[in-house]
Amino acid sequence: MSVPASTTDEPAPNEPAPVQVTDRIREHIVAMCAGPEGGHLGGSMSLVEILTTLYFDVLRVDPADPGAADRDILILSKGHGAIGLYAVLAERGFFPVEELATYGRPGSRLMGHPVRMVPGVEVATGSLGHGLPLANGFALADRDRRCFVIVGDGELQEGSVWEAAMSTAGLGLDNVTVVVDRNGLQITGRTEDTVPLEPLADRWRAFGWAVREVDGHSEAELRAALTAGVPGRPLVVIARTVKGNGLPSVQGRVESHYARLGERQFARAMAVLRARARRRSS
Amino acid sequence: MTPPAREAYRDLLVKLMADDPRLYCLDSDTGLFAGVDFGVAAGRYVNLGIAEHNLMGVAAGLAASGKIPFVNTMATFATTRALESLKVDIAYGGLPVRIAATHSGLSAGHLGPTHHALEDLAIMRALPGFTVVTPADATAAEEAVAQSVDLPGPVYLRLGRKATPPLEAGPTVLGRVQRLRDGADLTLLACGPHPVLACLRAADLLAAGGVEVTVVNVHTLKPLDVEAIVAACAGVPAVITVEEHWRTGGLGGAVAETLSEHAPTRVARIGMPDTFAKVVGGQEHLLEHYGITGEHIAATALSLLGGTPDDPDLSRV
Repeated sequence: MSVPASTTDEPAPNEPAPVQVTDRIREHIVAMCAGPEGGHLGGSMSLVEILTTLYFDVLRVDPADPGAADRDILILSKGHGAIGLYAVLAERGFFPVEELATYGRPGSRLMGHPVRMVPGVEVATGSLGHGLPLANGFALADRDRRCFVIVGDGELQEGSVWEAAMSTAGLGLDNVTVVVDRNGLQITGRTEDTVPLEPLADRWRAFGWAVREVDGHSEAELRAALTAGVPGRPLVVIARTVKGNGLPSVQGRVESHYARLGERQFARAMAVLRARARRRSS
Repeated sequence: MTPPAREAYRDLLVKLMADDPRLYCLDSDTGLFAGVDFGVAAGRYVNLGIAEHNLMGVAAGLAASGKIPFVNTMATFATTRALESLKVDIAYGGLPVRIAATHSGLSAGHLGPTHHALEDLAIMRALPGFTVVTPADATAAEEAVAQSVDLPGPVYLRLGRKATPPLEAGPTVLGRVQRLRDGADLTLLACGPHPVLACLRAADLLAAGGVEVTVVNVHTLKPLDVEAIVAACAGVPAVITVEEHWRTGGLGGAVAETLSEHAPTRVARIGMPDTFAKVVGGQEHLLEHYGITGEHIAATALSLLGGTPDDPDLSRV
């Protein structure tokens, strides 16, 4: 089965993204980490299915008209997942896949954290805890569009997330959905050994949110959760993920947070990803 | 007395909101809008409670969606607590958020240093793209609000707390200084109601002794009216800046930088010295205590001109 080319005349196909798209996105991420600056490998790999499900299955967006008035909004609040976002935006047709090769290089639009000059990026992110307050504003401006925010689990240690979470529920913004990339790790170690987040679902429920917990690498589970909101209440999808998912040598390890891959590491990682893709398609 | 500038701002905003569906009023439990009837615009008044990060983020999200939010909080909470959101979400986004920052300078008076905002001009002047305005009275506040609506970028409107006397100054035009008085001996530049009034008083005191000074109201600190400031300071031996702000980074800093680059001139900066308020009292008491008065400005002027012995209190500033 071949990978269908991204097209701009089918804004929101209702078919699940072919598995090959997630495989290619992982390859793009690894390739960007082999560039001169390296990149946030682990937290981008954990996001792949979340972003793919949103951009290929859930979001109302038109890559040919990224600013369309009737679009849904996605904010990658964990802005360090930029290379994951770039890879998905490119595969979805917001800009040419070839542009990914410019990541981190002088003159590129693609820097270490996403900014508005990149087609499809709504707001600049990178400093944590900004996405949900912004989404509340986007959602208040137009209650008929859905606003999605992807937050990291470590990011939930920022107080502004909870200021905003209280506000979302208080304003009855049921067009806001948060996806927590629950990979369990932050720079220095496990979230639960740093500032514990559990019982995470109960905390969100106590703030007035509807909660769904899913396998964050299962597009089917993500799709079901993301399209099953509760009227009157904002929705949070806690997506259990593995940092660095797809690369057994680094996955689930804090060292995966940022990587600059040398030639041999790059070649080995690509071989691993391709073997995995072959296994999945056979 | 005219009404407090913040009330004049509020009343005009409520009127403008009725006719312009782009306008939103975001409150942070300030109490300024208690009992206000927004009429057809009621759905565009949102009290977001005591949560300034969320407040600024919501404003940015609305502005990125084509709305024009007016954000209400105290100056110190806007510019220190929520600063990162002003920087990243609003300034970097270049978004048309209008921040109505009340209780600026020492206007919170006896409420103390946690509520004083003596750093806000320095901070806001540093953020790219912001228009930074300190209206000198209620009428000027209304004019600034009206002119701010269609500016493409963000605006910081520095307001006080209580009523101040009206200023005979002619129309306020954002980005243009107001020359309130002409004199060849020295130039006084001020921003804010009390500093401007103090300069006018100093000018009267000095005129009684035969010294004629120019008085300039620099209500817009950014973008700074460089040409007019350089012109107003041409040929004088010294200039004095007066502001209700720490002496670092505000009007004094802006004028010193500008004159250093364009027309080096001696600059004396009158403002809050490098300390938190150490005494209890209302705004006027604090201004008096820390030398932001006509008498002190006049004494400083005479000292700079070499005409009289130094003001015994000059060491304070």
